[in-house]
Amino acid sequence: MSTSVVEPPTTTKPVLSARDLRIATTSGYEILHGVSFTLQPGKILALVGESGSGKTTAGLACLGHFRRGLKHTGGEIHLAGTGDYGNILDLPEAERRKLRGGSISYVPQDPALSLNPAMTIGRQIQEVLQVHHYGDSEEDRRARAKEVLAEVGLENSETYQRRYPHQLSGGQQQRVGIAMAFACRPAVLVLDEPTTGLDVTTQALVLQTIAELAERHGVAGLYITHDLAVVAKVADEVVVMLSGEVVEKGSTAQVLYQPRHEYTQKLLSAVPDLAGRRQVGRVAVITEEHPAINLASGHVTAVQALQIPPSSEDRSNLLEVAGLKLSYGSNKVLGGIDFSLARGESMMLLGESGSGKTTLSRCIAGLNDDYTGIVRLNGHALSPGTRARTAEQRQQVQYVFQSPFSSLNPRRTVCESVEVPLQMSGTLSRKQRRVRVLEALDQVRLGESYLDRRPGDLSGGQRQRVAIARALVNAPALLVCDEVTSALDVSVQASIIDLLRTLQAETGMSMLFVTHNICLARHISQRIAVLQHGRIVDFGSTDEVLKHPQHEYTRELLANVPTI
Amino acid sequence: MSVIDSPQLVEREVEAPPGLLRRLIRQRQAKIGVALTAAVVLIALFGPLVLPWGATGYTSTEFAGRPFKPEGLFGTDNLGRDVLTRFLDGGLRLLMFAALATLLGMIIGGLSGMAAAYRGGIVDSAIMRSNDVLLALPQLVFALLAITVLGPQSWVLVTVIAITHAPRIARVTRSATVAVVTEDFIRASEMYAVPKWKILVQDVLPNITGPLMVELGLRMTYSIGALASLSFLGLGMQPPTADWGLMINENRIALAIQPWGVILPVLAIAVLTVGTNLITDSLARASANLNVGESK
Amino acid sequence: MTHLILRRLATSVLILLAVSLLVFVATLLLPGDPAQAILGQQATPERLAALREQMNLNDPIWQRYLSWLGDLTVGDFGVSAASGGPVIALLGERIGASLVLLVAAASISIPVGLLVGTYSALHRGRTGDHITTGASLVLAALPEFVIGIWLITVFSTTIFPILPSVTMAPPGEAVWNYPSQLVLPALTLVLVVTPYITRMMRATMLEVLDSGYVEMARLKGVPERQVIVRHALPHALSPVAQVIAIQLAWMAGGVVVVEFLFRYPGIGQALVDAVANRDVQVAQALSILIAAVYIVVNLLADMVGILTNPKLRTGGSR
Repeated sequence: MSTSVVEPPTTTKPVLSARDLRIATTSGYEILHGVSFTLQPGKILALVGESGSGKTTAGLACLGHFRRGLKHTGGEIHLAGTGDYGNILDLPEAERRKLRGGSISYVPQDPALSLNPAMTIGRQIQEVLQVHHYGDSEEDRRARAKEVLAEVGLENSETYQRRYPHQLSGGQQQRVGIAMAFACRPAVLVLDEPTTGLDVTTQALVLQTIAELAERHGVAGLYITHDLAVVAKVADEVVVMLSGEVVEKGSTAQVLYQPRHEYTQKLLSAVPDLAGRRQVGRVAVITEEHPAINLASGHVTAVQALQIPPSSEDRSNLLEVAGLKLSYGSNKVLGGIDFSLARGESMMLLGESGSGKTTLSRCIAGLNDDYTGIVRLNGHALSPGTRARTAEQRQQVQYVFQSPFSSLNPRRTVCESVEVPLQMSGTLSRKQRRVRVLEALDQVRLGESYLDRRPGDLSGGQRQRVAIARALVNAPALLVCDEVTSALDVSVQASIIDLLRTLQAETGMSMLFVTHNICLARHISQRIAVLQHGRIVDFGSTDEVLKHPQHEYTRELLANVPTI
Repeated sequence: MSVIDSPQLVEREVEAPPGLLRRLIRQRQAKIGVALTAAVVLIALFGPLVLPWGATGYTSTEFAGRPFKPEGLFGTDNLGRDVLTRFLDGGLRLLMFAALATLLGMIIGGLSGMAAAYRGGIVDSAIMRSNDVLLALPQLVFALLAITVLGPQSWVLVTVIAITHAPRIARVTRSATVAVVTEDFIRASEMYAVPKWKILVQDVLPNITGPLMVELGLRMTYSIGALASLSFLGLGMQPPTADWGLMINENRIALAIQPWGVILPVLAIAVLTVGTNLITDSLARASANLNVGESK
Repeated sequence: MTHLILRRLATSVLILLAVSLLVFVATLLLPGDPAQAILGQQATPERLAALREQMNLNDPIWQRYLSWLGDLTVGDFGVSAASGGPVIALLGERIGASLVLLVAAASISIPVGLLVGTYSALHRGRTGDHITTGASLVLAALPEFVIGIWLITVFSTTIFPILPSVTMAPPGEAVWNYPSQLVLPALTLVLVVTPYITRMMRATMLEVLDSGYVEMARLKGVPERQVIVRHALPHALSPVAQVIAIQLAWMAGGVVVVEFLFRYPGIGQALVDAVANRDVQVAQALSILIAAVYIVVNLLADMVGILTNPKLRTGGSR
């Protein structure tokens, strides 16, 4: 098993082919309804789908592995490369085990969970070499471990190999995962969303490593992902899956630029576009000079904000933040933030994890009261902490949380959750509140039928709409959206973005849109503030920042972000 | 791993009915538990109303009367008291005191656990450190120490068992509350300046009922065991009270010749504790799938 | 890591001090005073006054606490109110006898619990698993005296009268010279404690077996036996060590009932006698002793936790 393909084979015979693969839960509910695809040596096939499409299940089946509660009910998987095994799903478990990690290996989604926390990384790599009897001696294996660590761009000294996973960064952990997968020189590599959770720059490096290694060693790759932009960057061929079925397959260029199936078209139209050539919903994208409120809906407001210079003295600014600082002990989270937001304006607060963007947005919303500095609303300084603010101030600034799975009490109905702000601020009767809640649900395109349902019955997108309705029910002047789409699938993200833009046009409120995804810029905001290590490093109109980034960090970000 | 890909979730949505109680009752194990518990509770509740030989149970002057004679179905004990009468009369106090001790423990432990988790900081460390101190004395040893000082009175028994339960309940409540308190819907309520007590009642409590119910069942089982053990040691209920634990102590010397005086109460206690434990375990299974924030 | 262990040690000492304070305060609640308790109702005022002087009962409370604590550290547990002799003389042999029982029970129940729990987890959902979970559920519910009486009924009275139901070593002779008398008390403790260890081991193993790193080990092609021994078991040890500690400490308390039931001449029997005679000095000494055992065992369990977790061991630095 260990002596494998070093030279790319000259034939184009597929290394792995899955035919009519069917998998069901042990209780009989079918999850994959006949999935077929083939992998060619040296090429990467992307398996694309949203959550629930069964893409991970299909990927694991290639290794002859089924998660607990799943069983194989039909179809075959053939693995060529180092001799013909026939259908590997017919092999006894012991034989399949010998293939895993040897001829066909796996790179997991979250290396932090998949690396054994109690074992040094050196030993974890050695282990896979040892169980597959790689080389002739312990010496060979040690040399190979060093070699493969170097191949993925990691230090390979003895000291480095003695580190535990928790002593590495997320990107380094993922490289260890890739090193482990390449260690025995496999013929096939299954990658399960290997860059989810990594920041843009690290993602670019990891993707490059994978592409290079696959090409150099003639490895066939199966790249499982939901991210079409990443597909454009790494894949040669694409298979699109929807609820356990393949709906479209073909070369990357064909699937991404001339999609035939309706679902692929819908998926592609939902992908945010950094250049602003496409729109993700009904609302036009923001290119070049753009009024604060999009006039597409025909709703005209007098505010034309972008031209107004960001001066803290200007009375027409809704929100002004000056000298906002926050630190926990020696850990400086925010190091002096100044910016202002005009009425009806939408601003993107862009930053990667650890940049302090969520902390900043929570300070503004009053959820975090440990800061120093001034937050002014309509020219009046706000006290830190919502409890110290007046009812009217609380009503004017509203905040939508990142995860709709956490922000709604599972034991309360939609109506009960949405009416909380009204209960706390108003003097409305129960009946009046219900009417107001219904209006807010209409605004987020949910009907009366949702009033008495509980979050458990709703999808992620629907839950996020309820959370937005809770923020809207008191007609706020400023809506702070903290990564509101990052827990959602791309098509749901598009509909939420669309909704937020439409709402903004209808109500004339201002919006602070906090995100790590720069691709959303032209779809949501007139201005961008780029946050790094608790400071704003780049600031300006969307067009300005995207076309002429001032700071090195923004340039790097723009260079590395994958686009279609 | 995308959550939807995991089969448990798919199964859960297809099969599981909503609500803790309905999930509970669906399990065969829970049904057995309810049946066992109900049988013993009924005996304890209605036994005292149908005593064959009056409250004292004296039937015979014969020392250790034999069973299955006209004097009594299960014979008499060494003082000539009817075993069946003593048995029917001896469960109610045990049940009542156990329930009282459990409830009192739940109130003390639940409140302090919630307070510790929600307030955090000094309140949290003060409560949890005093818990550590109380936990260092095993339940029975603590109870015995208290009885040495205060004597074996009913209120001492109930209070002392409640106090020994409290730190254990507080721990469970605290960790359940911490899991809920970190959820964003609590942040949201804070944001709208909902009063703190209302957040606890409205947002926290409904989301920790699962673990609290499990704890209630578990502590009830242990209260029964502890009370019966104390009586068995002769340090709980005092003679001539009819009580299952005490009865076992009084009759075990004659186990070989007149086993019924031991077998009946032992059986009752065993069936009762096994029953409550079966219910508790089913509750735990039912609430395991009902966790808060099935976040992605 | 040393910092962590030292801090854990300091906490243990503090808890022990707090327990001693609690136990000491208990004496103050006693109606009358220890001198009265020792001499009885008929004592003359002069003798009472003399004994009070001798026992320093006239000193301020904090001073009495400190001197009592000082005596404890040198093994002086005071004078028994019931026998009039020093407590330590009363307990000396009994501590040894109880330890024999505890060690015997622990050395059976820990390996059995770990093995059965692991077996059950590895055979999840199959018949073997159902039987062991069912049995442990039933056993865990039963109070120790119920199990003990059931064992006596089966093995020493009617059905198989093969084992003695009470311990009757002649005074002055060590209990371990009569191994057959140890069987039933030890077995009772084993049957009470093992189900908890089994259940915890099973639950922990299931959690670990579902973890990402165990799945990854399987996907690396690691043989199943090695997956379990090298990737799963080490992660199950720390939480199970905590439960074992709690169970051992529990045994230190549960031994009271078992010793009483089998008339086993250990500290549990002594504690029951002390409570019946309201002999506070003896009850105090035993409470402190048992609390100390609990604290030490828990400390050991935490050490296992610290040593098996590389994040704590290496100080968690990146």
